[in-house]
Amino acid sequence: MIERPETAVPSIAQRNLEGYVGFANLPNQVYRKSVKRGFEFTLMVVGESGLGKSTLINSLFLTDLYSKDYPGPSQRIKKTVQVEQSKVLIKEGGVQLTLTIVDTPGFGDAVDNSNCWQPVINYIDSKCEDFLNAESRVNRRSMPDNRVHCCLYFIAPSGHGLKPLDIEFMKRLHDKVNVIPLIAKADTLTPEECQLFKKQIMKEIQEHKIKIYEFPDTEDDEDNKLIRKIKEKMPLAVVGSNVVIEVNGKKVRGRQYPWGVAEVENGEHCDFTVLRNMLIRTHMQDLKDVTNNFHYENYRSKKLAAVTCNGVDTTKTKGQLTKSPLAQMEEERREHVMKMKKMEAEMEQVFDMKVKEKKQKLKDSEAELERRHEQMKRNLEAQYKELEEKRRVFEDEKVNWEAQQRILEQQKLDASKTMEKNKKKGKIF
Amino acid sequence: MAANEVDVFAHEEKRNLELGGHVGFDSLPDQLVSKSVAQGFCFNILCVGETGIGKSTLMNTLFNTTFENEEASHYQSEVQLRPQTYDLQESNVNLKLTVVHTVGFGDQINKGQSYKPILDYIDAQFERYLEEELKIKRALFNCHDTRIHICLYFIAPTGHSLKSLDLVTMKKLDSKVNIIPVIAKADTVSKSELDKLKIKIMSELVSNGVQIYQFPTEDEAVAEINTSMNTHLPFAVVGSVEDVQVGNKMVKARLYPWGSVQVENENHCDFVKLREMLLRVNMEDLREQTHARHYELYRRCKLEEMGFKDTGPDSQSFSLQETYEAKRKEFLVDLQRKEEEMRQMFVNKVKETEAELKDKEKELHERFEQLKRMHQEEKKNLEEKRRELEEEMNAFNRRKVAAETLMGQALQGCSQPFKKDKDKKN
Repeated sequence: MIERPETAVPSIAQRNLEGYVGFANLPNQVYRKSVKRGFEFTLMVVGESGLGKSTLINSLFLTDLYSKDYPGPSQRIKKTVQVEQSKVLIKEGGVQLTLTIVDTPGFGDAVDNSNCWQPVINYIDSKCEDFLNAESRVNRRSMPDNRVHCCLYFIAPSGHGLKPLDIEFMKRLHDKVNVIPLIAKADTLTPEECQLFKKQIMKEIQEHKIKIYEFPDTEDDEDNKLIRKIKEKMPLAVVGSNVVIEVNGKKVRGRQYPWGVAEVENGEHCDFTVLRNMLIRTHMQDLKDVTNNFHYENYRSKKLAAVTCNGVDTTKTKGQLTKSPLAQMEEERREHVMKMKKMEAEMEQVFDMKVKEKKQKLKDSEAELERRHEQMKRNLEAQYKELEEKRRVFEDEKVNWEAQQRILEQQKLDASKTMEKNKKKGKIF
Repeated sequence: MAANEVDVFAHEEKRNLELGGHVGFDSLPDQLVSKSVAQGFCFNILCVGETGIGKSTLMNTLFNTTFENEEASHYQSEVQLRPQTYDLQESNVNLKLTVVHTVGFGDQINKGQSYKPILDYIDAQFERYLEEELKIKRALFNCHDTRIHICLYFIAPTGHSLKSLDLVTMKKLDSKVNIIPVIAKADTVSKSELDKLKIKIMSELVSNGVQIYQFPTEDEAVAEINTSMNTHLPFAVVGSVEDVQVGNKMVKARLYPWGSVQVENENHCDFVKLREMLLRVNMEDLREQTHARHYELYRRCKLEEMGFKDTGPDSQSFSLQETYEAKRKEFLVDLQRKEEEMRQMFVNKVKETEAELKDKEKELHERFEQLKRMHQEEKKNLEEKRRELEEEMNAFNRRKVAAETLMGQALQGCSQPFKKDKDKKN
């Protein structure tokens, strides 16, 4: 069931050892270290008041978790659903277990039970969040694991099937925590009634696609046979008792009735032993592993995806979930840089074009200007030339005329001189 | 969602309770162990030492098998690391063993950078693990752990102490990996020389502040053996895969004319001690130290480098969400700023060029005006000259007319006397 990891290392070869090397001792080392560390387990019990939750806990752990000094939550009247946790340290065979029992008094007791599962969900999420924060710190020290490893859900022994509240609760919690449904106070059902009841419950669970905790298959066929047997008995019908009674010389836990004693640990009377074996003796570690590898990872990836992708289009998140949020940001940064480069190039292009246009216009203006200037110059020059010509003609005329005048003047002078002469001469007459 | 505002009533004290019978959770360690065995174990060994010092042989001897390894030449231009992974099985325990050899270590003339490829390789494995750990969707329990759990540093048996390359390298690596120094080819060192050498080496390590791996002594089950082993460091080892007949047994040994050095004879060398410590007693501790100490240190440094902090300026501790959100905000602000900058730069450029072009336009305009003025001047000049000419011409014409009139009169006068004369004569 646990897949062999793929490796990037090129050569993996099977090697046969020719003698005793010694690493077969490794499991023992692991054993010793785990005993030294101690173990933690958080068990949550959910169900209406009076279904025998506290009694079952006491029976399971053979101790007075709930006693006169520390009364169970049923003894108290609650107006709203609350979540109560009790931590106890128990030791057995050198093994220390820190057991946290989380109770939910008031669950299902109100008239209107809408959302009575919300405090439970909130509690589970807050423990996951605590662990996430502790795991994500820069300085990590010890990370106490207070996550809920298992939730026992108590079903009232009506004999008819699940109540809407049962279905609603399990549907909302099956992907947050390992849910194990139990039939409480099973000593009110005859074996046949119990069988029918179980069948009905399992049918409804399948109909509503509720994922209850599944026992993993092992490689060992013997174990698998046992597991299959347990699976057929689901949901387990349990009876609990705080009282030890003597039956046939033996001291047993049981419930004394006028008609007999319902023994808690008698496999024919109820499935209590199956529950205890499964919960404590064989699958406690697996419950923790499934919580850690599955439910917690689910919570974590949802949380981190929300942080990374807030405000971003979530339709393209498929590939992004394989990265860390930081790698995610790096990629976004790179995308952004590329986008900016493109934008920059475009703007450059537009800008260059506009500049070229303007420069061209200027050039044209200048050319036009030059041209006009040339034209005007030529015009002026032509006019100058014309004027020059006119002047020259005029000058010529003037010079000619003046020359003529001088001749005439001379003639006149000569003529008047002659006249004078003539006059002198003429006067003689 | 009020995840943090849950009304939780917690009994503060953790009570110790007595059990009224056998509950059965003492099987928890067994459950854990059987799960681990089913999953299989990973172990990664890094062998650092000069070419030919006996690294491959020792690995073969340790694991009673022949790992393929081509002999390295002395002519590598730089140190390279060659990892090889093998699936081993003993009883029901599956071990994925990765052996990394340093090829070319100590062969270069300038060994100043020799440690670097080793350091980079170790960091790269940490980085790989960290990357997986930080992913949004991750599979840590499936991930093949390639982080180096133990570095066997091979010290040459020549000389009387550590070489400076040894000190430099070990000093660089001691905060990154568990180091166990071993004296290689110990069959070239006599017993008394060996004792002196061991003392010298250990004191040099101490005086240079090199932290080598100490076998743990807190667990009572192994405290005694570990404490005694700690005093035998560094282990003087001999490796051999050849079987030699000694007495009536076949043992692994090296055959010399003067005798055979038996690998598993504790009087001959510390091979057995090394195997005991490395594989049979402290393998899990080595793995744990790598994860809890060396990896955490690397992670802490890396995260601090990336700007992550556990507490804010008012020493309130951050939740993961806050940290990431803060980073993301910072990141978005940064992106926006860059965009703004670019736009601004463009706007400036446009303004500049516009101004330039405008200046050019003005210049042109001025030139145009100037030319126009010049032209006007010229035109005026021309007009002046024309007017002058006109005037002169008019004046001349007037003279001409006046002169002609006079001449006309004079002619008349002149012609009269002439006429008289003419008449007289007649």
